[in-house]
Amino acid sequence: MKPTSALLAALALLAALPVLAASAPGARAAILDGFAERARAADPGFEGFDGERGRALFEGDWGLGKPDTPSCTTCHGPDPRRAGQTRAGKTIEPLAVSVTPSRFTDPDEVAKWFFRNCRSVLGRECTAQEQGDFMTFATGL
Amino acid sequence: MRTSPPLLLSWTAALMLLASPAFADGPERVPPLTDPVVRAECGSCHMAFQPGLLPAASWKLVMAQLADHFGEDATLPAEKVAAIEAVLVSQAGRSQKGEPSPRITEQRWWKHEHDARHVKPERWTAPDVLSKVNCVACHPRAERGDYDDD
Ligand code: HEC
Ligand code: HEC
Ligand code: HEC
Repeated sequence: MKPTSALLAALALLAALPVLAASAPGARAAILDGFAERARAADPGFEGFDGERGRALFEGDWGLGKPDTPSCTTCHGPDPRRAGQTRAGKTIEPLAVSVTPSRFTDPDEVAKWFFRNCRSVLGRECTAQEQGDFMTFATGL
Repeated sequence: MRTSPPLLLSWTAALMLLASPAFADGPERVPPLTDPVVRAECGSCHMAFQPGLLPAASWKLVMAQLADHFGEDATLPAEKVAAIEAVLVSQAGRSQKGEPSPRITEQRWWKHEHDARHVKPERWTAPDVLSKVNCVACHPRAERGDYDDD
């Protein structure tokens, strides 16, 4: 390829990126890639994400964080395909992407809620591995 | 006629006396909350409360303790905390006597309006209410700042 056509191809790719990211599957892929990159940086033996581990995180009765929120299911309910309820009585739309297609499309929202909810339930932040596992679980339901 | 200073003073005192019992009954309406950032960030777990429901000192307490927000982590980036606090404080309700509480449900007027004469105790734990903080369960127009249900 001539340098100019390589440059043109690169430019075309760059122009296409925002379009890709604007679609929900594209945005989700970018977020999951980010988790994979961080998981690999933390552990060179990283072997990809596992939805079953994500399910275990979601269903576990941890009780390691704040006393009123021992589990993810405290607020989200036992089935991510169904709505949950906050402790203040407000409905939470289902986490399953098949029911709520906007899930895992805004990186700031995803980061904010993982940060808060993991601290409330586990008493610590979730690792990139755990976040990717959970996202894989909620995306595959 | 010139108003003498003592008379002016007593006028102020009379106005204050008139004003405080009225507030002990609770406001029927408070101005709606329009700020989009506060509506979004403070409206995901419960209704975004109108600034007029708490005095400024109480809002400052709420915003200083977001990492342990009534038993939950509600952490926000520092610049958002500052922006939200500015809105809440600038539109806050009248200051109250005594130690400020971060809870609306601990304000004197609120406890008075929601005592056993007005609300049957079992209502608080009913499945459609679940929490005192669930204002919309009993006040259908609470999101608009309208608590006058008659
Ligand atoms: C105290 C209640 C509560 C607990 C406990 C809780 N969550 Fe949440 N979660 C919420 C609320 C409220 C939201 C935001 C409302 C919404 O997005 O519909 C949310 C949003 C999320 C999101 C954002 C998804 C998106 O992109 O929109 C994720 C991911 C999430 N929770 C995962 C978890 C996981 C994993 C756990 C357990 C470690 C957990 N939550 C525990 C209340 C809770
Ligand atoms: C992660 C969920 C969550 C978020 C986000 C959140 N809150 Fe809360 N808030 C709660 C819970 C839970 C309670 C206590 C409910 C109870 O006592 O039954 C509460 C209670 C309150 C109360 C006291 C209510 C009372 O009178 O008892 C105030 C005031 C309040 N929140 C303000 C805010 C403000 C301001 C924000 C935005 C900066 C905010 N909240 C964001 C979950 C949240
Ligand atoms: C279980 C139901 C219930 C809940 C939940 C509830 N209220 Fe009320 N509230 C009432 C009743 C009943 C009255 C008395 C109405 C009357 O006397 O006309 C009242 C009165 C009021 C008044 C005075 C209204 C007036 O007309 O003078 C205000 C303001 C108010 N509530 C605000 C709140 C706020 C803010 C919340 C949430 C933090 C809340 N309420 C939660 C039932 C409830």
